[in-house]
Parts: sequence; C-alpha cells; structure tokens
Amino acid sequence: MAAEVHSQDHHHEETFLTKYVFSMDHKMIGKQFLITGIIMGLIGMGMSLLFRLQLAWPDKSFPILDTFLGKWSDDGVMDPNIYLALVTIHGTIMVFFVLTAGLSGTFSNLLIPLQIGARDMASGFINMLSYWLFFLSSVVMVSSLFVPDGPAAAGWTIYPPLSALPQAMPGSGMGMTLWLVSMTLFIASSLLGALNYIVTVLNLRTKGMSMTRLPLTIWAFFVTAILGVLSFPVLFSAALLLLFDRSMGTSFYLSDIFVGGEALGYSGGSPILFEHLFWFLGHPEVYIILLPALGITSEVIATNSRKPIFGYRAMVGSILMIAFLSFIVWGHHMFVTGMNPFLGTVFTFTTLLIAIPSAVKAFNYLTTLWKGNLQMTPAMLFSIGLVSTFITGGLTGIILGDSALDINVHDTYFVVAHFHIVMGLSAIFGMYAGIYHWFPKMFGRMMIRPLGYIHFVLTFVAAYGVFYPMHFLGLAGLPRRYYTNTSFPMFDNLADINVIISVFAILGGIAQAIFLFNFFYCAVRGKRAPQNPWRSNTLEWTTPVKHIHGNWPGEIPEVHRWPYDYSKPGMDEDYVPQIVPIADGEEASGH
Amino acid sequence: MTTLLTAVVVILAIIAIVQIIRVFEVSSTMSGDDEPQSGQPTKKENDLFGKIMLLMGAALVIFSIWSFFSWGDYTLPKPASEHGVETDRLLWITFGVIGLVYLITQPLLFWFAYKYRGRKGQKATYIEHNNKLEAVWTIIPTIVLAVIILYGIFTWTSIMNPDYEEEPIVVELYAKQFGWTARLAGEDNILGEANVRFIEGANTLGIDENDFNGYDDVIVNELHLPVGKPVLLKMRSQDVIHSAYIPHFRVQMNCVPGTVTQFGFTPNITTAEMRQDAKVMRQIAHINDLRDAMGEEPYEFDFVLLCNKICGSAHYNMQLKIVVETEEEYNQWLKEQKTFAETL
Repeated sequence: MAAEVHSQDHHHEETFLTKYVFSMDHKMIGKQFLITGIIMGLIGMGMSLLFRLQLAWPDKSFPILDTFLGKWSDDGVMDPNIYLALVTIHGTIMVFFVLTAGLSGTFSNLLIPLQIGARDMASGFINMLSYWLFFLSSVVMVSSLFVPDGPAAAGWTIYPPLSALPQAMPGSGMGMTLWLVSMTLFIASSLLGALNYIVTVLNLRTKGMSMTRLPLTIWAFFVTAILGVLSFPVLFSAALLLLFDRSMGTSFYLSDIFVGGEALGYSGGSPILFEHLFWFLGHPEVYIILLPALGITSEVIATNSRKPIFGYRAMVGSILMIAFLSFIVWGHHMFVTGMNPFLGTVFTFTTLLIAIPSAVKAFNYLTTLWKGNLQMTPAMLFSIGLVSTFITGGLTGIILGDSALDINVHDTYFVVAHFHIVMGLSAIFGMYAGIYHWFPKMFGRMMIRPLGYIHFVLTFVAAYGVFYPMHFLGLAGLPRRYYTNTSFPMFDNLADINVIISVFAILGGIAQAIFLFNFFYCAVRGKRAPQNPWRSNTLEWTTPVKHIHGNWPGEIPEVHRWPYDYSKPGMDEDYVPQIVPIADGEEASGH
Repeated sequence: MTTLLTAVVVILAIIAIVQIIRVFEVSSTMSGDDEPQSGQPTKKENDLFGKIMLLMGAALVIFSIWSFFSWGDYTLPKPASEHGVETDRLLWITFGVIGLVYLITQPLLFWFAYKYRGRKGQKATYIEHNNKLEAVWTIIPTIVLAVIILYGIFTWTSIMNPDYEEEPIVVELYAKQFGWTARLAGEDNILGEANVRFIEGANTLGIDENDFNGYDDVIVNELHLPVGKPVLLKMRSQDVIHSAYIPHFRVQMNCVPGTVTQFGFTPNITTAEMRQDAKVMRQIAHINDLRDAMGEEPYEFDFVLLCNKICGSAHYNMQLKIVVETEEEYNQWLKEQKTFAETL
C-alpha cells in the first residue's frame, strides 16, 4: 500500500544525487549493478589477457606488462607472485563481482518488480544499501591491487595456510586482509539483496500472478536468492575464522607449520575444515551464477522461438532439484584432500545426480527451439550459445564428479576448461543475452544489432578457441596455476596449444570492445525503443518506455495467463501478453 | 613505432566497423524488407544467422572430432600403475558416453537453429509439454548415470582400500616451499615419527631422533621403486597445502600440514620399458625437436612427481624424479643410500 501511495506522489523533486547515485528505484539500482559489474569485468578480463601473454610466451618480453604491473614486472617479464595474484583476483572478480553481483544484482533488480507486477522492491532502502555495499566492496578489492606487497595471491579459494601466513607468500599480508574485508562487505550486500528478492517475489506479486505463472527468469532469481541466503553466511564464518587465525593467533585451520625458518605455535587445526566451509558456499555459488543465466535463457529462447518454453513445470522442477542438490555435493572439490574415501563415494553419487535435472533442462531448450519461428536477435544467439556451452561443460562434469577419474584430472587444466565453459561461458552468455534483450527496458533505446551479431560470432569462436583446447592440456597432466610450463620438459610440446589459446583470448578481448562501444554509445545515442520490441508477453513490456517511479502510471495490471502463450492457435498475433484476459472459447493453458 | 602501429590498426578497425554498420543499415532500408515496428530482426537477418549458426555448429563438431585425432597424442601415455589401467578404462568409457551425447545434442541444437530460423512463412507450433518425451529423457540419463556412478564408486573404493597380497613398501613424500623429499621406511618398513617442530640442522624433515624406527629410514631426492611391488605413499607437508601428483601413475593426493594423507598403488611398468612405449617415443621425439630448435639439451622420459596445489611463488617448479626398475636394481640402489642414522 505504501508503495502505491508513493507512486501517486510525483511532485517531489529528484536531485541528481537521489536519481542517479543514492537511488532507491530498482531500475536505477539494476543499472548501477550492471555498470559496476561491467567495469569489474573489464578489470578481470584485462588480467586474464596479461597472464595469457605470460603463459603463451614465457620467454618473451612485453613492455605492456611493465606499464600495467610496474615494479612487479621486470623488463617485460612478470614476477611469479604477481602471476598468482592475477589469477587469484581474476577468479575473485569474475566469480563474485561480475557473475554474482553483476548478473543477479542487475537482472533480479531490474526484472523482479517489473515481471511480477510490483511498484518496486519490498524495501527500496535495503536495495540501495545492497548496491552501495557492493560498490564499497569493489573499491576495496580494486584498492588491494595497489598495496606494496601486492593483492591476495593464494587462489580465489584462498586455502589456508597459504592465505593465512604472510611468510608463505607476500600476497597473504595486507592484500589478503583487504580481500577478506572486501568479501565481508560483498557478503553483506549479497544477503541484503537476496532477502529483498525473496520477500518481493513472495509478497508483491500482482493479482493473478500465481507462482505457476511466474516467468522462468523470476523462478531462477528467486531460487538463486534462497541459495545465496543459505550459503553466503557460511563463507562469512569461514572468513571470520581465517581472520582470527591470521591476527589473533587461533588455530582453526593451522597446525604443525614450519615456515620462514621457524616452527609456528599453531596446533590442532585443520585446513580441511576451511575447505569444507568454503565449498559449502563454493558449490551453491556455481548455481548462484548459473541459474540466473539459465532463467534469462529460458525467457529469451521462448520469446524468440515464438513458442512456449517446453515443459514449464519440468523447468521449474529442475531448478529446484539443482538447487537442492547443490547443497550436498561440495565434497567433490575435495576428493584428493585425504577426506575419508567413503565420503568420496557419497559425493560422487550426489554430484552425478545433478546431471539428470541438467539434462532435462538441456533437452527442454532443444525442444523449445524445435518447430519454432526463430528470431535471431543477438540475445537469442547468445542464448543458443549458452545451451551449447552448458552441454559441453556439463558433460565434462561427469568426469570430474567421478572420484575415481578426478584423481588424475583434479586441479589440472581439465578443470579450468570445465568450469570456464559450464559456469563462466554459460553465465556470461546468459548475461549478454539478458543485456541485449532488456537493454530497451533499461535505457529506452535499442542497441545496434549488427554490432551485436559481430560481437556474438567473435565471442563464440574465441570462447571455444580458448577453453576447448584446455581439456587436452589437462589430459596431458598439466597442473593449473603454473607460472610457466617450461620447468618440466614433459610439457614442452604443449607450448603451441598455449599459443593458440592466448591468440583466441586476445580475439575475445577485442570482441568485448565492440560490445562496450555498442553498450555505452547506445545507452546515450541509440535509436528510441518501441514499448515492446520483441513482442513479448511478460509484464515489463507493458510499462512506459521512459522510466517512472512505481513502474505503471495507473493501476498495476492484472495477470490472466502464464507468460508463454506464443503462437497460440486461434489468436491473431503470435503473442498474447499476460494482461490479456482469456477470450471466450479460448482454451486456457492450465496455468 | 609499435604504439603508432597499434593506433593505426585500432582506428582502421573502428572505421571498418562503422562501414559494416552502414552497409547493414542501408541494405535493410533499400531492400524494402518488411521492417517490423518491433526490434525483431528482419527475415533476411534470420535467414543469414540461421545459416551462420549451422556453419558455426558444424565447425564446432568437426573441430571437436578433429582435436581428438590431432591432439590425442598430447594426452598422457598409458598408465604405469595397476589401478591406472582401471581408471583409464573408466575414463575412456565415460568419454565414449559423453562424446555420444555431445555428438547428438550439439548438432541438433545448431540444426534446429538453422531449420527453424524465422524465414518468410515460418510459423511456430504451439507445444507446451509432452510428458512421454520428458519421461524418456529423464529415465535414460538416470539409467546411464546409475551405471557410471556404480562403476566409478567401485573403482574408487578399490583404489582407496587396496587389498595387499604382500606388505607394501612405505614411502613418505615430504613437501615444502618449494621442493619434494622422499623418505623410505627402511628395513623395518616403519617410518620414524616426525613433526615439523623437530626440524633442526641436518634433520630437515623433523624426524623424531628418539624414535628407533626412524634410524633406518632412507631420505632421498630421487625416488626409486621396484616394479610390481605395492607402494604406500604417506604425504606430509611442512608449511602450506601441496599436492603430490604423479600423472603417469594416475596418483594424486594433497599434502596437508598437520595431518598425514596416503595413497597406495603398484607401479607396473619400469622407466626403461616406458621409454620404449610407442606413444612415449612419439612425444619425446616431438619434444626433442622443439628443444633442439631452442638449443636446449635433449630430454629423456622419466616419471616425475609435481605439485598440483597452489603453494606460492615457485609452485610451478617442484619436482622429484621417480625411477621404476627391477627388484635387483632397486635393492642395489637402496644399498647405496645412507640411512637417517648415518646422516646424523
């Protein structure tokens, strides 16, 4: 009720500060998340290009490294510690800042109120707080790049004792402290956001919007938020105990350590405890990243196939199933840690079960395309790309999830290939699909389609070009996080594959520049968007192109049907928006 | 000069892109295509990108198949341990299954993108769901997975709980920043107690000098093992987590400070035999061609232990050579080594 009253109240002046900076409007907050995410993404990708230079041409000198790395690069050759720092911060930024906050933060904020028919989030203030904590967290993370000993470098999984002891590596000093501070802020931001999403979806749906009429995007964001609320606090506790070990002399994770020429006093702790706590978040985190991308894809594929999503209930069921299973599989990251082998069998079992709901999703995407009338928008192309990478990466998961096979490929490039394809590429493709699809809603303008096409083709080619060959590096036994492979002559023959990978990585980087231009240029100068550019059924396209506080100028529309009445027989148009009442003699679709 | 060149390339690229956009825009207005009032692509674009998707899908599938033939030679040669034979068999069976699924679903995906591209006259068929079909693709993966899961679990359990017919040779792999040391348990086949707190002077592994079991332990920087005898590796770390990874044996186990982890296996091929293996010889020949071109020493095949858990700046260079030889050669080698007592 309060929100409704507020929407009528248009005369209060909005200053620049309240409109663009400390905005409580979910649409603006979504855009803030997106742009911050894009900037962080640029940093993360830039880092990957730097270390790809090192991996492909370890003996060559690149003056560009001196430019970016300063004292950590000597005559164009980077220092081994900074190599580890780059992979660490690359991972952290991509996993948390781009694919968690940048993806969920953007689209949950933008779409939840618009697609369920709400004036705004349940709490605009908490929503604003969520963004600003995320912003602060980004600032702290980026500032950690500038401390004298360099940023955290123990890998994005920050396993102690490496991350706990400054004697073990320079990055575990001030850099690690800032990493922990940044992640604490991030977790707070993520929790505030997630609670808001859950409450909004449960309480603020418009009349007629039953749970079974929710677009699959909302289902995905909703379940993602639940995953976040249940798992991020565990990461927080893990980080807290690590903080105690680092600064207060406790021994939660540390025991019997001799480093820097002396035996330390720690006794009785176990780093394995940290791994359990970390992966209890870490594995659901994979789905916190992936589910929103899958939700976006479901919506984009259905809309642009001009067909209902195939098996709506099975799609919802598989989201729930994946979410449930994601909490009982974390041990597959720890098969070779010395954990009781019996647990290995349990986690193998639960892990491989995830393949079933995943297969259902993949087949349902295929059958949604089948007999469709495919509108090849850039968003649609990225969604099809997502289905491809989801299949490719998902399949290699069957090898890694099998403890007996994991023995030999664990922590090799096979893993790097697997998770970049199934989680990195799929999520980033989903994010691009979302940006191309909802750009008109965000900015009231259209992106330049031909540029979108070029962006997709180059990105798709580069993505497979980078990550597919890595499977072979892994099967050759090449460990990940090696500064150079030249110390072991047995890997000498892999040098040419590494060059191929780096060339594709550079191509991929260039392709993203096309996107950046398209995005920022069109946000300001793009062609004006029509109200419903993709002829879509969902509610967000019934709001005016120019954003208003409260989303709908009059009453919130009532919903009469599910969102997937595309190409319904007997209808004039190939789409029937959710606000259109069931006509006389029309067969209702059972939702 | 480089900066100037880069700038020129960037400017040219931007001009090229702008031109491409203009061509697109002009061509779409010239053709009088039924430009929808919506943002949907024109029929021409649908047609073009349906075809491009088919092309890219075909390229992906062909590349995937080609890569196995062309890059298959980079992958590890045959396993040199008994359990490795088992895991490799499971690996290739699994690859067979997932390869089949890949070769069905990827072509279908891109074929659909092409077949149902929104050309003139293309109409979508309204299909909500099909319970039979959905049951089929839930049940079939379930059955296939059940087989893979059971096979995997049995293999894993037998590796982790080996049935020893004879007492295994106990060897400790000791990891620290940045290097490996191996400690054989000696004649009594019992490792002396150890803790990093005992590290002092020459006693770099922290062996308890009051434990008699440790006196006959043999500390080496190059590990020799007899072929066909079971070995029980015990892993210990001095500082941070490391991971003992011996790719040719299909062996990996983390070294965790504060605990001792273990991995049992039986090497079944000697270093000398491995050097005669066809795939190994091809790989070595290739490597030596490359090394020759760079003016480096030729390389001879050896088993090697490496670190596979990020552990600090020289993580990329922790190695320990392992030689598998006949029992006589092994005994001869062992005799030449000093015991812990002798080094004190």
